[in-house]
Amino acid sequence: MNLVMVFAENDGETIHPVTYELLGKGRELADKLHGELGAVFLSGSHLSSKELIFRGADKVYYGVHKVLADPIETQYAKALLQVVNEVEPEVILIGATNFGRSLAPRVAMSLDTGLTADCTGLDVDEEGDFIQIRPAFSGNILAHIKTLTSPQMATVRYKEFSEAPRDESNEGEVVGLKVNLTEKESEKVEIVERKRGEDLNLEDAEIVVTGGRGLKNSEDLGLIEDLASALGGKVGASRPLVDDGWIGRAHQVGYSGRRVKPRLYIACGVSGQSQHLAGMKNSDTIIAVNSDPSAPIFEYADYGIVGDLYQLVPELTKQLEKEDK
Amino acid sequence: MSKRYIVLIKQVPDMDQVEFDYEEGRIDRSSAPLEPNPFDLNALEEAVKYKEEIGGEVVAISMGPEQAESTLKDALARGADGGVLLNGREFVGSDTWATSMALGHAIDTVGDYDLIFAGEKTIDGDTGQVGPGVAQLLGIPHIAFVSNVEERGKEEIQVKSETWGVTYVKTMKLPGLITVTKDVNEPRLPSFKDKMKARKAEITTWGVEDISVDAEKLGISGSPTRVAKMVVPPPDKREPVVFREEPGAAVNQLLEKIDLGGDKV
Repeated sequence: MNLVMVFAENDGETIHPVTYELLGKGRELADKLHGELGAVFLSGSHLSSKELIFRGADKVYYGVHKVLADPIETQYAKALLQVVNEVEPEVILIGATNFGRSLAPRVAMSLDTGLTADCTGLDVDEEGDFIQIRPAFSGNILAHIKTLTSPQMATVRYKEFSEAPRDESNEGEVVGLKVNLTEKESEKVEIVERKRGEDLNLEDAEIVVTGGRGLKNSEDLGLIEDLASALGGKVGASRPLVDDGWIGRAHQVGYSGRRVKPRLYIACGVSGQSQHLAGMKNSDTIIAVNSDPSAPIFEYADYGIVGDLYQLVPELTKQLEKEDK
Repeated sequence: MSKRYIVLIKQVPDMDQVEFDYEEGRIDRSSAPLEPNPFDLNALEEAVKYKEEIGGEVVAISMGPEQAESTLKDALARGADGGVLLNGREFVGSDTWATSMALGHAIDTVGDYDLIFAGEKTIDGDTGQVGPGVAQLLGIPHIAFVSNVEERGKEEIQVKSETWGVTYVKTMKLPGLITVTKDVNEPRLPSFKDKMKARKAEITTWGVEDISVDAEKLGISGSPTRVAKMVVPPPDKREPVVFREEPGAAVNQLLEKIDLGGDKV
């Protein structure tokens, strides 16, 4: 039986939403491979795994150990390795979050198996081979990858696939697993401090309003902030603004910053270099405001306004605030 | 005992200049000049800072064709004390697993290392897998996506890294490996004098036989993954509705087309 196994990343309180996206895609793959869909839940606390079954997992492999309370890769790699050796999955999908991308290579290395990074497409071809599609060269090419070894492992980009539909009538089996981990190993990496909320989580915003080089002074970012707040969105920035220290790097949209896919993206005074486009071109609706009609950003937008952002952005804010009243 | 820091560095094409043939589905690698992977320069800078504070030596290691020597010379100009190039046809076509295998054995051959520094990813491969893979192979811990080094110690390092909305401060016992983001520092520019000196410096070149690795674990034949095909997708262009009226009129027209607060967006 081919088992497609999804790694259910969690922080002991919540399961990371990328897990539900992987279960959606995993279901498709398991069906094409005539196999089962499993989820591996490793954690420091006994969270309910019901949600994984509601999202389509046939089996949940459930292992809890206090050492797994902290995101320490060496420990998680050991635990995951034990699960893999026990249940022998054919495909392992891990979210391409910071933790997933840091954990997966350790597991692949010790299993002597192939790992494909940051996939944006997964499929099974006519020969029944698992195909992993991923961007490379800063997003300019798509490579189709096959793995010759088993299990076949991939990390998968967050927000690339839709979440699996939730159905409370789904049934599945929870398989409890004993993970053997010693505390001594965890002494090698220790967490001294954790601070929540410092991260803006721009990736999760429904609406992003971004300022670019068209802004003349750092204070003028206020115009962007006003529009963002009128829309209930978050503020993004192009790389030059961040490099000049006008705003924190958490706001940077682009290949070397954050990749966003909001419902609405408004680019103000952003020329649209490929660096920036790589981070926002998949947004549902894109509006560009720029004084230069030949700016590349217009070719990637649904709506464009050619003109001075210093007039247009406040006007737009004003109109929206009026609508609200 | 003196400390030894190892920096993993790759030569990559300048991504702003590389040309993609959308019709043929090819990358024209000769279209762009080569440069050190930008993230690796942050890794190098961090290693040099460690040396300046704690003492020791910095060794840069690269796997690549002969011309990658220039990237290692660049590393010397920026503060590395030695450079090793892994070169030979056996290495060509290695995926991240085989690359980790080659670099891990090279690091073992250099020996007595305390801390290994790598960039969070390369701009051509985009995987970020080699750093953690090397750490696993060497049996040492790692911390990825380091955004700041808080404390440099002889026995341990303290760093900041972000995971899922939480900023962690972590300490790691040495030997260990870190991968760094662009936030970690601002790489210094080499002086003219250092550049000239580095140009004349010797780079050590090692082949498979020098790093006691099984050649069957390297290159295309040793790689567990295969590129089945490459596609160069055309840019995702859209056809915008463009307004060029006076600001008030343009905004009104835009808002008539779409309801920014509502469902139509």
